[in-house]
Amino acid sequence: MSASHDSDTLLLEDIIRPENLVFEKTACLTDNTLSYCPGCGHGTAHRILMEVVEEMGIQGQTIGIAPVGCSVLAYDFMNVDMQQAAHGRAPAVATGIKRVMPEKYVFTYQGDGDLAAIGTAETIHACNRGENITIIFINNGIYGMTGGQMAPTTLAGMRTSTSPFGRDTEMMGHPLRITEMVATLPGVCFATRQAVHTPAAVRKAKKAIQTAFELQRQRKGLSLVEIVSNCNSGWKMMPRKANDWMEENMFPFYPLGDIKK
Amino acid sequence: MKGNEAIAEAAIRAGVDAYYGYPITPQSEVMEYLMAERPHLRTGMVVLQAESEVASINMVYGAAGCAKKAMTSSSSPGVSLMQEGISYIAGAELPCLVVNVARGGPGLGTIQPSQADYFQATKGGGHGDYRLIVLAPNSVQEQADFVSLSFDLAFRYRTPVMILSDGALGQMMEKVELPPQRERMTAEEIEAQYGHWATLGKPASRERNIITSLKLKAEQMEAHNLHLQRKYAQIQEAETRYQSLRCDDADYVLVAYGLSSRICQKAVDLARAQGIKVGLLRPITLWPFPTAPIAELARAAKGFISVEMSAGQMVEDVRLAVNGLRPVHHFGRMGGMITSPSQVLEQIKTLFLNPQASLNGGAH
Repeated sequence: MSASHDSDTLLLEDIIRPENLVFEKTACLTDNTLSYCPGCGHGTAHRILMEVVEEMGIQGQTIGIAPVGCSVLAYDFMNVDMQQAAHGRAPAVATGIKRVMPEKYVFTYQGDGDLAAIGTAETIHACNRGENITIIFINNGIYGMTGGQMAPTTLAGMRTSTSPFGRDTEMMGHPLRITEMVATLPGVCFATRQAVHTPAAVRKAKKAIQTAFELQRQRKGLSLVEIVSNCNSGWKMMPRKANDWMEENMFPFYPLGDIKK
Repeated sequence: MKGNEAIAEAAIRAGVDAYYGYPITPQSEVMEYLMAERPHLRTGMVVLQAESEVASINMVYGAAGCAKKAMTSSSSPGVSLMQEGISYIAGAELPCLVVNVARGGPGLGTIQPSQADYFQATKGGGHGDYRLIVLAPNSVQEQADFVSLSFDLAFRYRTPVMILSDGALGQMMEKVELPPQRERMTAEEIEAQYGHWATLGKPASRERNIITSLKLKAEQMEAHNLHLQRKYAQIQEAETRYQSLRCDDADYVLVAYGLSSRICQKAVDLARAQGIKVGLLRPITLWPFPTAPIAELARAAKGFISVEMSAGQMVEDVRLAVNGLRPVHHFGRMGGMITSPSQVLEQIKTLFLNPQASLNGGAH
């Protein structure tokens, strides 16, 4: 019908044709509809991670670990074999896998509550043993899935549902820069902090993930890529505003760039 | 050989792929033996000391999700820490072995032997409707034999198996005939046998495999629970194990497992020498529990005593099996104390051969 209609109106079918495609989603992502809020950084982080897996040709050798949190259903979207871990335990699960299948690529995908609160021990000890895995760490300074509670990475003064008057550092402690902490450990070969809120940032973040997987291929030890991201629902901001707020408030405390390479 | 060492050596010989553990008395010899034995040189088996029992059980989860034979061992407080992971393993239907060389509790308790973890082992110490197959050895020989058996059962039903031992069995030395070395499965064998569910890396020829216990829709979660319950019913049907000793003509039946069953064997001899017809029903699987044989014995026997090193935990399952037909008593000591055969005999006399006490029936 699209080819034969005689009006001069352009129909959707005329536009969506293989020869007009300028972008295609990687086959390492499934066709399932993402469960994330519009404007959230998880979707982009998923995409660049799976693009790296596709470009390295390691889909059949990759095993991912989904955490507890917003990305608990990451296995619905990432088209690789995956395990879902108990809250915070992804680095232990990844250790268990990698030790019995050292030739596979193993990554965890974790949020800040999962990695830097309940899973702190598993994170630090996997890093300290130099487990040859890659950790993708999404830091948005809040618990998104449970409705916007204070996280270990919540900024001083930041309002959340469990710090409704702002995070009082005397009462509630200080935000945790865990990537800087683990960068001090000899078992960690690469620690970097990235973002996915602009095209330029996305390109850099993807390069960092490539580096992390390449180091894993070379058996260099643990590589950790932190991605500072927004949570417009939890922060109660429109996506654009959330990205501006992230630049103004998150980046000064969580500066982007390589911490250890 | 020491009971703990027998578990470790049997694990190497069972073709286990990975042991992840954390030191705790009275079972630290399991990992010590493995580390000294360097099984990666013998069979390629991985041995890793984790940062906690929480980490070790989750390492087991990861390796089990790749259809590897993975195990951990610990003692009571450490096994408490593993309960979350065990619930996940049961929910995700992964095969593995957890050994509990139990000690006295509650809390930090003591390092002496105890059977007070029966409830935790058999009723689901973690959250949700799940069961473990629980094997209770009563000798160093069985500590060794049950390792291989556990993995056979774990993989047959894709379910976690627990060996519930105690500090005395772990520490005691007995002669043991070790099983022959079983080869570890190759990657190709695992792919052929378990490639339909294990996370081994997704080839182009199949959909991705997902290991999870999460079903967000209630209808799906109920269906998953019904599936698990059907599996547990099959296990109850096919895998109940027990040993019956002189029960055929017994007036009084002792029900005891593990170390207590060794004590009760002697008590049976003492009683028989005095003309008292006593038998011993020893559950080898604590779950599934040998309900039917106990119910059968209740038709002829006059009474039961559940002898346990606890305040009385298994006695509840014995009462359910006897179902009010006969008096069922508990006898045992707690906190690391062990009863003696003569004390058990005294109890039989006091409870059943003293007309005053027998009026009390099942309530003691």
